[in-house]
Amino acid sequence: MHMSDALVSPAVAASMWATTAGASALSARALRRRPDDRRVPLMGVLGAFVFAAQMVNFSIPGTGSSGHLCGGLLLTILLGPAAAFLVMVSVLTVQALFFADGGLLALGCNVFNLGFLTSFVAYPLVFAPLARTRPTRGRLALATVLASVVGLQLGSLGVVLETVISRRTSLSLDAFLVLMQPIHLAIGVVEGLVTTAVVLFIRDARPDLVLAGSDAPVPPPSPRRFAAGVLLAAAVAAGVLSWFASSAPDGLEWSLARASAGAKANAPPGALHSLFAMIQERTAVLAREARLRAGDPEGPDTARGRWPQVDATVSLSGLAGAALTLALAGLLAAGLRLVRRRSRPPSPQ
Amino acid sequence: MRADGITAALSHLGRLDELAGANTPIGRVDPRAKLVTTLAFLVTVASYGRHELSALLPLAAYPIFLLALGDVPLRPILWRLALVSPFAVLVGTFEPLLDRQPLGALGPVVLTAGWLSFASILLRFALSVSAALLLVATTGLDAVAAALAWFRVPKVLVVQLLFLYRYLFVLSEEVARALRAHALRSPSHPRPRMRVAGSMLGQILLRTLDRAQRIHAAMLCRGFDGHVRLGRSLHAGSSDAAFMAGWCAFFGVCRLVDIPRVLGVALFGAGR
Repeated sequence: MHMSDALVSPAVAASMWATTAGASALSARALRRRPDDRRVPLMGVLGAFVFAAQMVNFSIPGTGSSGHLCGGLLLTILLGPAAAFLVMVSVLTVQALFFADGGLLALGCNVFNLGFLTSFVAYPLVFAPLARTRPTRGRLALATVLASVVGLQLGSLGVVLETVISRRTSLSLDAFLVLMQPIHLAIGVVEGLVTTAVVLFIRDARPDLVLAGSDAPVPPPSPRRFAAGVLLAAAVAAGVLSWFASSAPDGLEWSLARASAGAKANAPPGALHSLFAMIQERTAVLAREARLRAGDPEGPDTARGRWPQVDATVSLSGLAGAALTLALAGLLAAGLRLVRRRSRPPSPQ
Repeated sequence: MRADGITAALSHLGRLDELAGANTPIGRVDPRAKLVTTLAFLVTVASYGRHELSALLPLAAYPIFLLALGDVPLRPILWRLALVSPFAVLVGTFEPLLDRQPLGALGPVVLTAGWLSFASILLRFALSVSAALLLVATTGLDAVAAALAWFRVPKVLVVQLLFLYRYLFVLSEEVARALRAHALRSPSHPRPRMRVAGSMLGQILLRTLDRAQRIHAAMLCRGFDGHVRLGRSLHAGSSDAAFMAGWCAFFGVCRLVDIPRVLGVALFGAGR
């Protein structure tokens, strides 16, 4: 359920990058305040562990399908929220860079969906109050499964909202929700059960190990910190609303471009006027683009009706142009390779 | 994933980073310039509307440039492009079913808006994924991390990234060994069952925690005082600035002008 670069709009990507960059900076500061030099190798190796653990594909009883650990909740139980969040950031970054899982632009979305929501929402609000200090096996299992379900439901909701707001697909909100949420309910339960099994195994095998998140006393969130969390959530929500405003222009700018002829005559003077003048200036560029697209460099904006509307001859020249572009790209590649081969120094052997 | 599959995946992973060691014109470009240019490229690709296809094509020049001048073999990149099971492609397959507005016809085949946006999603996917892979293949994770540190990314995160990458191979091999041991002992269940997976992962986690302690002790022996020093200096020259500015300008031109359409119109007329 990695969000992909191909589905995200720049506005959504930038908002999520900003949110996760802020969360990373705060987490780093929280760790600096409690320095512990054992933590550096521990975090690094646990990040590699989560990576490697995702390669263990186990069969899920009764379904014939298989699953793997995602690891966000396990990390939070082992390390506490701040360190676990930073480990998830590093895991997702390496996945984006080396495995093309997700992507660099969508990295903010993925960190938010898979890291932030688990470490900073599901863990303090579901796991910590349920598990408390030194939980029994049953209570630990209940807390882990519930926190995992809540975390993955929120994460998949995040994927749906980010995709729908980005408007790169025709999927509607309700259809996408029906598609995603039930699957992630099942994934959440399986993730919770495996995480429980791993945590209980460690607790039985090495009772001396102190797990930052499950054995050390977990303070319930103080009212002040909780209020800060709610404020942060509100800021994120406001960000979401502003994406609606800024990603709407896909459609809005076209209707503005069509209406621009009429708007010019009746524009009121004053600040509003200059705002509209600015919008008009922008839409003028777009309208010219629209005319060019419609193969009609001079005609009136309204002449061609709704874009995309393509007539066969124009699309023929469009296809020819695309083919020509590809051929040019191929030539560029071949030429560059040739230049490289000529200029490459002889190998040392 | 089977144990032999993991070993194969690891050798491919290591190969991508090894490529970055080669002395190529792209390899010599400052990592900060490459990082910024690649991010600008990704933002440009993402900024196109749902039905754009031909206008996106000229942007392929950037990955092609990196591929050719970075001496990156095509196959590992294509292998990854084909192998990843992307969420984007899954979502894209719904497009032709949902958006059936006809746009034109190529002989007997009616082209709908849905197919156009499906093709657009696939093209975006190929462009953005190849750009990210080529960034690593021409730069290497060490240099990317140094660039991140220069951009004031918290040091704990940069160190974490380097540590994770360093131990990725070690732990993946450990997992591969555990899976092979399991497969040899239970030939009728090639995949571990859920309960078995729980204790198997627990075992590996215990070994991981012990390893962290050993690494910490080794670091202390070598004078670790709580601060990791990133021993790498960055030097940017005018060619790096030209690389960044030139490509960003090209992305801007691509965004404003639909180059394939202009080429087509120039060659074959406006079609009226």
